Amino acid sequence: MPANPFNGFTEYGIGIGLRVPHYRHILAKKPVVDWFEIISENFMVDGGRPLEVLDSILEQYRVVQHGVAMYFGSADKFDREHQKRLKRLVKRTKTPWLSDHLCWGSVDGRYTHDLLPMPYTFAVARHTAQKIREARDFLEVPICVENVSSYAEYHASEMTEWEFLSEVVEQADCGILLDVNNIYVSSKNHNFDPYDYLNNVPHHRVGQIHIAGHSKFEKYLLDTHDHPVLDPVWQMYAHAIKLVGSTATLLEWDDRIPSFDEVHNEALKANKFRDEQLATTTASDRYPRTTA
Amino acid sequence: MAAALFRPLTPRWGMQKHWTDGRRMQDVAAEFIKPNDRLSSFERLEIYNRQYWFRVLDCLYDDYPGLRAILGERKFMKLATAYLARYPSDSYTLRDLGNRLEQFLQEEPQWSAPRQELARDMVRFEWAQVVAFDGPAKPAVTPDDILDTPLSKLQLDLQPYLSLLELDYAVDDFLIAVKKRDSDALRGEASNAVQSAPKAAKRRKRIRLPKREKVYLAVHRHDNMLYYKRLDPEAFAILTALDRGVTVDDACAEAVTASDRANIDWAAQIKEWFDNWSALGWFCHPS
Repeated sequence: MPANPFNGFTEYGIGIGLRVPHYRHILAKKPVVDWFEIISENFMVDGGRPLEVLDSILEQYRVVQHGVAMYFGSADKFDREHQKRLKRLVKRTKTPWLSDHLCWGSVDGRYTHDLLPMPYTFAVARHTAQKIREARDFLEVPICVENVSSYAEYHASEMTEWEFLSEVVEQADCGILLDVNNIYVSSKNHNFDPYDYLNNVPHHRVGQIHIAGHSKFEKYLLDTHDHPVLDPVWQMYAHAIKLVGSTATLLEWDDRIPSFDEVHNEALKANKFRDEQLATTTASDRYPRTTA
Repeated sequence: MAAALFRPLTPRWGMQKHWTDGRRMQDVAAEFIKPNDRLSSFERLEIYNRQYWFRVLDCLYDDYPGLRAILGERKFMKLATAYLARYPSDSYTLRDLGNRLEQFLQEEPQWSAPRQELARDMVRFEWAQVVAFDGPAKPAVTPDDILDTPLSKLQLDLQPYLSLLELDYAVDDFLIAVKKRDSDALRGEASNAVQSAPKAAKRRKRIRLPKREKVYLAVHRHDNMLYYKRLDPEAFAILTALDRGVTVDDACAEAVTASDRANIDWAAQIKEWFDNWSALGWFCHPS
């Protein structure tokens, strides 16, 4: 839904990721952008240029935090230092919601710096949901968890990925950062229908959407964020918007980063699908009246 | 799975064919990873094994261009792999990936032979730059803050982002030459995919390695820009003494007494140094 408890009841439009090659352009030209997404860990530092840039951005733009190291699915307890720094950053940015991935990535204090898929079991879902609740209580900000792209499946899994995602977010009572590109990549790698995924997650919990490009290899797709968004992903995005409403959307472009304008223009293509959705959805569809 | 990811790749950037107990890796992978119609369990696990190593090696590759130039690409990769196998990342941020590299070079000097000392100097210098880039800063001491404190009692801390290095090689000049030669590569940020092996070794113009030469260096930042500044031995001695908690009076006396330079107006020289360091904001109140 456009504004809901999971995105802090905000109505953000189309955003892009704040990336180093664009700093100079943004600070000098001050382009009109609905909002920027930052990688939290890049700014969880003690001082220097990263925080100076962030403060300048915060003076002019809305910023939402997206993390890569909370590892809700790791068996490890949270890294307290990470959590404290993250909370300090939340206070600095006043992010209306915060997102991180439904994955694991650390074991016994050793970090893989990857977003690793989890076994989709009820026990893992319980553990993960508990950690999300713990993080939300400490950070005091709504949390959306993002589905990751994956290249492997476990024998131990007891359900589909979308059933697992639903199980986790219902138990944690948290939001979803629905990454339609990741769904597409995983659907090709694991032979499922991506529309089954889209149709079967709790739509009212979607607080944000990610779109991105990926790379095709002979035997699998890789989530590389180094291309424009591909047509099948745009089609999925259009379908997602029909299901969840005009939701805050973010284009990720992290490698072989082109000019700011090229990235921003690619992101703004999402408006076409949002406009179409708004035109075809009546007010009563979007805001159904309750009946006695 | 984590144990499989942390195992180094083969020289051809593939997953090792056998597990630590001698079993075939394809059998080990099949125990917990499902195959699909295109990829075996081994191949699916290998994607993650490769991504882990490509990511961490790529990070060290970008953060330690000076060490890379000293050792050469191939030797650097061997050292980086050995280092990460012994000391996998213990931090949520890749910024800290090299935080035990100096210690590793001390413990396993064979990886940087025959240039162990030069390599260690460079690693200290390159790590100091990581600290200077985003390390904490404390409020700088102003002249008014210390107006009433006699020098015999005055103690000054140094900014946490400032590193003082006593080096046996002019690694600063060398790194400037290396960076001039190389174009800076930008690292991806949020994608969880790394699609290729760390940059392939390219034939580049060799830069003459620095000769043995005593260099005293301060690595710091000013207006959030990174700088390195050569120091006179006496200036270095004063700053390191202050860092140990010695009073300003004693630090200056120690440095001048130990100096073998003659015909210097030490009062004027020291005043000039302190004016410069104060202007750079290097001093803060003792904690």
